Amino acid sequence: MTFYAQNLLGGLAYGSLLFLIAAGFTLIFGLMRVVNIAQTSFFLVGVYTGLTLLRAHVAFWLAVPMAGATVTVIGLFIYRVFLHRYHADELIALLLTLGFALMLDDGALALWGGNPESVPAPGALAASLQLGTLVFPSYWLALIGISLLIAAALRAMERRTMLGAIIRAGVDDEEMARGLGIDVDRAFYIVFAIGAFLAGAGGLLGGPITGAYPGLDGDLLPLAFAVIIIGGIGSLEGAYVGSLVIGLVSTFGKALFPELSYFTIFVPVAAIMSLRPQGLLGRKR
Amino acid sequence: MTTDACLDIRGVSVRFGSLQALDDVSLTVRPGERRGIIGPNGAGKSTLFNAIAGEVMPSAGAVLLRGRDITRLPPHRRARLGVARTFQTTMLCPRLRVIDNVMLSLLALRPVRYQCLWPVGRYAGLRDDALRLLAHVGLDGRAEWPVRMLGHGEQRQVEILLALAQRPTLLLLDEPTAGLAPDDASLITTMLREYPRDVTIVLIEHDMDVVFDIVEHITVLHHGRVVADGAPAEIRAHEMVQEIYFGGAL
Amino acid sequence: MPRAVVAATVVAAGALAALVPSLGLPQYYVSLLTQTWIFGIAAMSLDLLVGFTGLVSFSQAAFFGTAAYIVGIAQTQYHLAAFWPALGLALLGAVGLAAVFGLLALRGEGVSFIIITLALNEIIWGLAYQWVSVSGGDNGITGFVRPAVAGVDLTGTASFYRFCLVVLLVCLGLLVAIVRSPFGLVLQGLRERPRRMAALGYNVRMFRYAAFVLAAAFAGVAGVLFAYYNEFVGPVTLSLDTTVQILIMVILGGTGTLLGPLAGAAVVVFVSNALSNLTQRWELILGAVYVAILLYARDGLVGIGRRLWLTVSGRDPRRPGADSMMRPAASPPAPGDAEREP
Repeated sequence: MTFYAQNLLGGLAYGSLLFLIAAGFTLIFGLMRVVNIAQTSFFLVGVYTGLTLLRAHVAFWLAVPMAGATVTVIGLFIYRVFLHRYHADELIALLLTLGFALMLDDGALALWGGNPESVPAPGALAASLQLGTLVFPSYWLALIGISLLIAAALRAMERRTMLGAIIRAGVDDEEMARGLGIDVDRAFYIVFAIGAFLAGAGGLLGGPITGAYPGLDGDLLPLAFAVIIIGGIGSLEGAYVGSLVIGLVSTFGKALFPELSYFTIFVPVAAIMSLRPQGLLGRKR
Repeated sequence: MTTDACLDIRGVSVRFGSLQALDDVSLTVRPGERRGIIGPNGAGKSTLFNAIAGEVMPSAGAVLLRGRDITRLPPHRRARLGVARTFQTTMLCPRLRVIDNVMLSLLALRPVRYQCLWPVGRYAGLRDDALRLLAHVGLDGRAEWPVRMLGHGEQRQVEILLALAQRPTLLLLDEPTAGLAPDDASLITTMLREYPRDVTIVLIEHDMDVVFDIVEHITVLHHGRVVADGAPAEIRAHEMVQEIYFGGAL
Repeated sequence: MPRAVVAATVVAAGALAALVPSLGLPQYYVSLLTQTWIFGIAAMSLDLLVGFTGLVSFSQAAFFGTAAYIVGIAQTQYHLAAFWPALGLALLGAVGLAAVFGLLALRGEGVSFIIITLALNEIIWGLAYQWVSVSGGDNGITGFVRPAVAGVDLTGTASFYRFCLVVLLVCLGLLVAIVRSPFGLVLQGLRERPRRMAALGYNVRMFRYAAFVLAAAFAGVAGVLFAYYNEFVGPVTLSLDTTVQILIMVILGGTGTLLGPLAGAAVVVFVSNALSNLTQRWELILGAVYVAILLYARDGLVGIGRRLWLTVSGRDPRRPGADSMMRPAASPPAPGDAEREP
């Protein structure tokens, strides 16, 4: 019983941090059809930036948005200078983001070195909780809660704001959208910024669980893809559900089938991708 | 319903989500006929073509080619049964040479297309056939050029030429003269008018002169439905058609 | 440059290359060139997909690595050391895997295809990493040696170098034949206008599938050579990193040119090895060059070379027929160049 509860919580926590990556990923793809391979690199830069801030004695809850802001600046720079011109060409945009992922990866290595670091959870939540035989970091609960709040906030944004309407409608015909008075460029910038912010802030938020090490982005990328495939490209609800599912499968997989845990994540993913290219909840595009 | 119809469309409906693109469309085209499909933008003309060609699956109804039900067949199977089509925008391969494009059209139904070791250049017959076709429109001199260096009108001509060269049973032309200069357009209309009757031609057109010039029977679509179907003179005089197109007078 | 001249140049270059080990260069460089030949085969195999068929695949490393693993496992666990049977088994494995992957991946195209191939590559990587009893896990497979081929001993750097060179030239020859054949022309048509190709009567999915499996076979050959080169196979051999490296070689060199990706392989191999002695930041530099190529010289090194040659010889690069390098198409395609389907 303890085993299941432990892994359930752990899986939900891991899934919650995956959501912070997947949400941005799916928003960016949903609106702009850009597969941002650098999304997990944004996360990586976020963890490291956050770690640096923490070491400079910045309070955790302040460091989170600051890390997010830093990554947003970097992300916007990349988008503005390089991607914006090619955002309409899905393939080139994807290949470009691959290049940026490589550069960010190496840049992080240069700036922060190659030693794996652990990221301390904020003081109040550093302790473990005990429920009967179940022992787990209280930070897990905080992360699950925060991620849920962010998901709710994003959903509200999607349903209630003009930007959200644009995101939901998608921009299949840019010229037409512009003709209707929609500031398509601004929407793209804002969404890319949101995606980068979520990944950057998510980096520090997820840091206490993942740690910070070179190659973290490479390890997370396939999981992010798995989430998107399961949840559907372009669907926020799908990204949330998908993240939790992958988080749980990953955690239980490692516990139950250590020799095949990666396999257990990706086989259903590949199956879903082939049978239903739009995932479980996504829109048909 | 005549059983010797070339193309028989029975109650075809096509939905895209909540949009009803085609609603219970039926029409019959006799072999050798020249049929025009007209209607305002958004009437469903291209969707109809896509349903005939196989790019779109109807949610209801059937498409029959010479009595054979092809409703569920993918496009390439229909091509093998004798359906050829052109597209609204030019669909030649831009970075291949003109002659490569022609050879691809010729290769499509020949077994040699699977051959993967000997160069295409070895097949002199193929090349000669291609050059001969290009000579019809005076392009054999530029056969080695990348297609994207041809003018728009020339590209359209090549496309239609290629479609005709396949001697299909059914030829679907999607706005064949769109964007062409008058001279080029009349070249096409002459070509179509004089083409032998073993090919049935259905065309979508906006240019009424072209329609009334080539076509013997017109089907009018509006909001995905057939609103008129008859000889050109009838259609001209048809009240609803006048409404749709000219708001009254013709 | 007429085809005959290019072919003669390649043959001459090949002959010269064969002499390299006798020139007295440090073994290190001969070794790097060997690696170049090996990755050259892998890169050309991916070019068949990317440059000629228009399919950007993220799973070439899976086939490359699977072949390598089969060679290692066959020798260490089943005492199958002879070259030809090992090659046969390895190719069977790579092609078999591709046959399965292809069925799944080709249900989509464009971005969907990329994502599925990426996921599939990860599955194989995961198996290699975690199925320790078969793959040795993180430690990989060691303890196997290069076999003699046709009586020739390959343990020496020079002889193995020449062997890989020969295999490269054979693969190059085969790939050139394929892309210049009717089948190759069909693939290029699919790259440009798949919708029209279907309307003409081509079974698009089937041709793509054939290209996918064929490319995997060549990647498998490279994988076999790689296993013997290192006398080691590990999960990194079929990782996403490797797949990305191969893709970069293709784009850097110029898609749809075959020789371009070979040049790209040379650049990546030398930069990642030799440059890493000068600076730690070779990955950053490589990434920057790759981005620059995508932005400013999308036809890659070959494209740059072609334009330089034409400018130098005083011809207008835009005039048709101004050149006809060793390409079956009229001009080298670049990723993303095919216009969107209307």
